[in-house]
Amino acid sequence: MRAVITVVGRDRVGILARVATVCADHQVNVLEVTQSILQDLFAMIMLVDISRCTVPFSRLSDELSAAGSGMGLKIHVMHEEIFHSMHRI
Amino acid sequence: MINTGDILETIRMIDNDNLDVRTITMGISLLDCADPDIRKACDKIYDKVCRYAGDLVKTGEDISKDYGIPIIHKRVSVTPISMLAAACPGSDPVRFALALDRAAKQIGVNFIGGYSALVHKGFSPGDYAVISSIPEALSRTEYVCSSVNVGTTKAGINMDAVEKMGHIVLGAARATADRDCIGAAKLVVFCNAPEDNPFMAGAFHGPGEPDCEINVGVSGPGVVRAALAKAGDCDISEVADIIKKTAFKVTRMGQLVAREASRRLCVPFGIVDLSLAPTPAVGDSVAHILEEMGLESCGAHGTTAALALLNDAVKKGGVMASSHVGGLSGAFIPVTEDAGMIDAARRGSLSITKLEAMTAVCSVGLDMIIIPGDVPPEIISAIIADEAAIGMVNSKTTAVRLIPAVGKKAGDELQWGGLLGGGPVMEVNRFSPLKFIRRGGRLPAPIQGLKN
Repeated sequence: MRAVITVVGRDRVGILARVATVCADHQVNVLEVTQSILQDLFAMIMLVDISRCTVPFSRLSDELSAAGSGMGLKIHVMHEEIFHSMHRI
Repeated sequence: MINTGDILETIRMIDNDNLDVRTITMGISLLDCADPDIRKACDKIYDKVCRYAGDLVKTGEDISKDYGIPIIHKRVSVTPISMLAAACPGSDPVRFALALDRAAKQIGVNFIGGYSALVHKGFSPGDYAVISSIPEALSRTEYVCSSVNVGTTKAGINMDAVEKMGHIVLGAARATADRDCIGAAKLVVFCNAPEDNPFMAGAFHGPGEPDCEINVGVSGPGVVRAALAKAGDCDISEVADIIKKTAFKVTRMGQLVAREASRRLCVPFGIVDLSLAPTPAVGDSVAHILEEMGLESCGAHGTTAALALLNDAVKKGGVMASSHVGGLSGAFIPVTEDAGMIDAARRGSLSITKLEAMTAVCSVGLDMIIIPGDVPPEIISAIIADEAAIGMVNSKTTAVRLIPAVGKKAGDELQWGGLLGGGPVMEVNRFSPLKFIRRGGRLPAPIQGLKN
């Protein structure tokens, strides 16, 4: 089971490290990472494997959201299903 | 790997453009709750609603969390209550409303719809009592919504019901005059009412529906507007195409939520209603889509054509995205619930006359329109008759949700806040239809009703 973590905000040191740490703490394996600059906003997208996640999905989502607010960033965590269903016939 | 652009587009739709699932509505049949003793019937209603929908709110919140999609409301719709009132003649149907209200409060839903009657061909026992009790029922409850269907393309229009409803709409406003006449905002008069509509105030669980089902109403006028703004100067075919593609994505999200809710609650999936339903919030307006298409102000000449395109493109895009599409499905034009409509009404570019034309090409009718408090009931009935005729002749759903602003006149305002919004009082044509409305009887079904 996979989820997509999206980080949007102003670029700063330590974003990748912080998010990866939260994932590692809960046995969430990072599968892929991409970055893009959207206008002048930094966007990082991580595809992660949550099948062995040791906490409920909502808690992972809350912790990452909180981590994001702490750094002035917006972090979304969503099941990959939503992207497959919205953007494919 | 999922396309980066797709992911960022989805996030932008949710964060910036107000993409959301407007409602998960659980439809529950109460036919098995009928009882000649109204108290027993009310107990059965309360028990069944709480049992079936007890987990609805929590499930909605969980799905919202898991998929990152805001799900604004969770609602319940029930069998038109007049069908249960028929089993206990002589009882006070307001008891049903109170039972529904208690149940709604217990399970934590935002609205419970179905204090309703289907009278398009005539009245049955129960119908008349329920309809007469609507003003009191809506005044004494918080969560209950009511609707009355007065016509269909196959049956014609029940003009006796139309005459009655003018009084009832006014009554609902008067009974809640101390609360900005909010009673009238919870009452819809329909022609060709759908049986599976998840939106309020017109939601009820039709007699042809199963024991229980999940219907989802999506929304996202802001998303459509943003997509058009990004496209810049293109021709009308391209505009239609952009709306179709956007409607597809929005509906797919609704389909996903519907499937999940159905699975987690073990209730069959009914339909996705792919309506563009505005809210008063900034960036969530249908009027602004029409203005983005190139009109200086919603209500200007050209609005009907633009809305026709929008309504059709939304349906075409949405139909591909869902296995079952139903409800109202199209573009809503509720005046007080749409920031752009409110502005257009205030600046004088949007009138009831124009709105009536627009209802011929969109998916609802004259919705959330505030009229002066001194408009006599026969004019309200005549407005209902006009809307019903448009629906009947064009084989589409139309509806009327007028709010007579007791004690106020054109130019004054009412405000409810939240999803219901607020806005200016709009004037009506004051020439009298009294003699026409007083005739009563049945307006015959049009020839297009004979489709066999």
